[in-house]
Amino acid sequence: MFGRLDWSAIPITQPIPMITSVVIILVILGALGLVTAKGWWPYLWREWITSVDHKRIGVMYVLLGVVMLIRGFADAIMMRTQQAMAIGGAQGYLEPEHYNQIFSAHGTIMIFFAAMPLVIGYMNFLVPLQLGVRDVAFPTLNSVSFWLTASGALLVNISLFVGEFARTGWLPYPPLSEGTYSPGVGVDYYLWAVQISGIGTLMTGINFVTTVLKMRCPGMSYLRMPMFTWTALASSLLIVAVFPILTATLAMLTLDRYFGFHFFTNEAGGNPMMFMNLIWAWGHPEVYILVLPAFGIFSEIFSTFSGKPLFGYRSMVAATLFICIVAMMTWLHHFFTMGAGAAVNTAFGISTSVIAVGTGVKIYNWIFTMYGGRVRMSVPMLWSMGFIFTFVIGGMTGVLLAVPPADFLTHNSMFLVAHFHNVIVGGVVFALFAGLEFWFPKAFGFRLNEGWGKAAFWFAFIGFWVTFTPLYILGMQGMTRRLQHVNIVEWAPMLQLSLVGVVILIAGAACQVIQLVVSILQRDKLRDTTGDPWDGRSLEWATPSPAPFFNFAVMPNVEGEEAYWGIKQRATEEQQLAPEPNYAPIEMPVNSAVGVYTAFFASVGGFALIWHIWWLAGLALVAAFIGFVVFAWRDVHEFEVPAEEVARIDRARRAARAAVLAQLAQAKGTAS
Amino acid sequence: MLGLGPLFLGGCSGGVLDPVGPVGANDAEILIDALLIMLGIVIPTILLAFWMAWRYRASNTKAKYLPNWSYSGRIEAVVWSIPILTIMFIGGVIWIGSYRLDPFKPLPSKVPPLEVQVVSLDWKWLFIYPQQGIATVNELVVPTGRPVHFKITSASVFNVFFVPRMGSMIYAMPGMVSQVHLQADKPADMFGVSAHFSGDGFSDMQFQVRSVPEADFAAWAQSAKGSSLALNGAAYAQLAKQSRNVQSYAYAAVDPQLFHSIAMMKTPPGPGPEPAGPGHAGREVSTVGRH
Repeated sequence: MFGRLDWSAIPITQPIPMITSVVIILVILGALGLVTAKGWWPYLWREWITSVDHKRIGVMYVLLGVVMLIRGFADAIMMRTQQAMAIGGAQGYLEPEHYNQIFSAHGTIMIFFAAMPLVIGYMNFLVPLQLGVRDVAFPTLNSVSFWLTASGALLVNISLFVGEFARTGWLPYPPLSEGTYSPGVGVDYYLWAVQISGIGTLMTGINFVTTVLKMRCPGMSYLRMPMFTWTALASSLLIVAVFPILTATLAMLTLDRYFGFHFFTNEAGGNPMMFMNLIWAWGHPEVYILVLPAFGIFSEIFSTFSGKPLFGYRSMVAATLFICIVAMMTWLHHFFTMGAGAAVNTAFGISTSVIAVGTGVKIYNWIFTMYGGRVRMSVPMLWSMGFIFTFVIGGMTGVLLAVPPADFLTHNSMFLVAHFHNVIVGGVVFALFAGLEFWFPKAFGFRLNEGWGKAAFWFAFIGFWVTFTPLYILGMQGMTRRLQHVNIVEWAPMLQLSLVGVVILIAGAACQVIQLVVSILQRDKLRDTTGDPWDGRSLEWATPSPAPFFNFAVMPNVEGEEAYWGIKQRATEEQQLAPEPNYAPIEMPVNSAVGVYTAFFASVGGFALIWHIWWLAGLALVAAFIGFVVFAWRDVHEFEVPAEEVARIDRARRAARAAVLAQLAQAKGTAS
Repeated sequence: MLGLGPLFLGGCSGGVLDPVGPVGANDAEILIDALLIMLGIVIPTILLAFWMAWRYRASNTKAKYLPNWSYSGRIEAVVWSIPILTIMFIGGVIWIGSYRLDPFKPLPSKVPPLEVQVVSLDWKWLFIYPQQGIATVNELVVPTGRPVHFKITSASVFNVFFVPRMGSMIYAMPGMVSQVHLQADKPADMFGVSAHFSGDGFSDMQFQVRSVPEADFAAWAQSAKGSSLALNGAAYAQLAKQSRNVQSYAYAAVDPQLFHSIAMMKTPPGPGPEPAGPGHAGREVSTVGRH
């Protein structure tokens, strides 16, 4: 009846997952109770859960990403604590069976369920605003994408309480991940969680490629698009190109595990090396899927906070597309040490280091964006400067690893661990925190507290270097990664120093949380009334904060690069706003529950497949299909916003902008 | 970062920057060369970034404000050239280094190499010395000054054969044979590891490596001959089962076809965990093989 599932699946004898699970369940029940008691369900259902507004979906993606970032960080704390304790004869507090789940979960969660939702969340929130349009190409599909990602995240977290997670690392290399060596449900949790969320990601890619190619506002030619939108396009193109590889590879492993196929097994002609090639043919571009939008965020910040256009905009576009293409030609550097031969290693070593040309150009362009500027060292700019320092060094160690003979000494070592955290934390995570600071007012209508933001940055920056510099050194001393305990006592000081770094990082994370709480309490003081708190340059700043659900009352007409900067310049010169437009009714897509409905049954179906409960899996599939059919047969898919309503909202915005203009004129008058 | 280079060099006795032989020394030299080439551009870049942010800070009204300046063909040419030239240089290092240090390439030497066949098992290393007719578990002894030709395979999952102070690591893969040529030029006590995660007993897949003078090596091989154990089919079947933290020992005799038979999958691969008893649905919590 219940397949492999019975009561023994609950790890009742292991205190750590049990206590964690109980706390999580209590928190969730508490939250649900509060929502029910306060009667917030109708609001949540109408405005968030079934919303197809790209901004709402973007915010939900970010929220999911932040929650999972905290989960992944908790895993990281446990890992660093374990390695600092289990030295010499000591075994630490985590058995290998548990420790191996933790590092596997850490990688899986950080890449698939923290970094990806955060990056996609930013893309969701920003791309339509920057393009001057009212929504993405397929708004309901967008909602489905989000809920499927959430479904995958849910499955990973259920594994904490029911059964176990994979113990194979974040990429389940066969034959270790095959049924022979990993008979438990851990790998199955991994497979179905990543498959379900992967489908969501692929649909997001398609959605954003279509949006950027087909839905730009009048005058928004390709070479007028803001840099973030360009990087979002490049990232989406990569998603469309490589996520099918991930899906196919994991499907093959699933067939091996469930139906005794032999794609990657030791026996019957299976070839595990094929898995390595395929998974990295996805895995390496994945890194650029994450980091390209991060580059976009920094581009926006450097130009805005320098009060200047981005230096070498066309060069930046070229470098982005260059990286986008070369990213797909470097996967083999993840296994130089498999003995492919000198010619193959040379080719992939060079193709890998060639990427550094694209990133190098970008670094210089950001530096020259500051040249001749008026650089304001606000929190987003602090993260950006921290990024340049960190990322340049991470890039350098990356090129070192791309030199095959150097990789022969450092492959899979703590040096490698330090390197990829150096680029992913220093590149992607710093960008996400910078972007959070930067666009928070656009999403919620008030700025974040500056002091706590600066504290968070400094703790994170210093904590990062104290954590990972020792790991570089340990790598040079021959320490390999994923050790549950360490037999060489000479490594103890560096492992303990690294733990000190983690403590500093915890302080940084605490500042970030305090910043949010303090900012909410001070929201009236921090209110952004103008819609343009940073003197921005692209169209998202032309809307009020928070932006109305239809984004733009009338479609903007773009006449150059940096659309909003141009509009502001004109307004300042002419000392008046453009004349009031003729407001017309707007058609907007209606809410849809199909996303949350499909994802619910995807979660049930995934859980059933993990535990071999075939009847339930079949039932869930049928139910999900019914949802799809009902959605496809819908009659009403848009509703009309009356012209008066549009006019009312937009007149408020114009009044705010007129006030700013008057203030500017007055300031000018006093100055002269 | 300025302090990091010397820190690597100084803080690494016993690590990859303290090589005992030509392969490790060449690998390390390339690593340091590539690092220095890149530091030559990385340090000025970082300094330039901080100088730029400081010079053009909003409060510095002495600096020129160029609100519309966003293009300069000359600067563009320079910013593309710097990374291109650096990467061309590094590309040369990659090209030459990859060919010169191809792990499959024999080392130049007057003496014929010692042959060692390496099998990674769950979770220990088997070293077969076909010329001596002996085998060891978790202990590798090599003669100082003589090249060693390792042929490597795996009996179960992927591992990486790595002795940090000897140099180049290489994968141990089931159904495949990889090779690496290494040499220790001075007597040393070292450690070797698996540098690829292979399951629950992975952390103890560490093995002792001793480089000893030729005469001592012969004496050691002779003493291994005195072991009461022989590596036949039954002994191997027992060895292939999962076990953790295995202390080193030797076999006095070994089936000469064993390595070939493992690599060609004629001998069944490692069996993996023993089936969990009832009461552990989907969770692999067995403590089988724990010592």
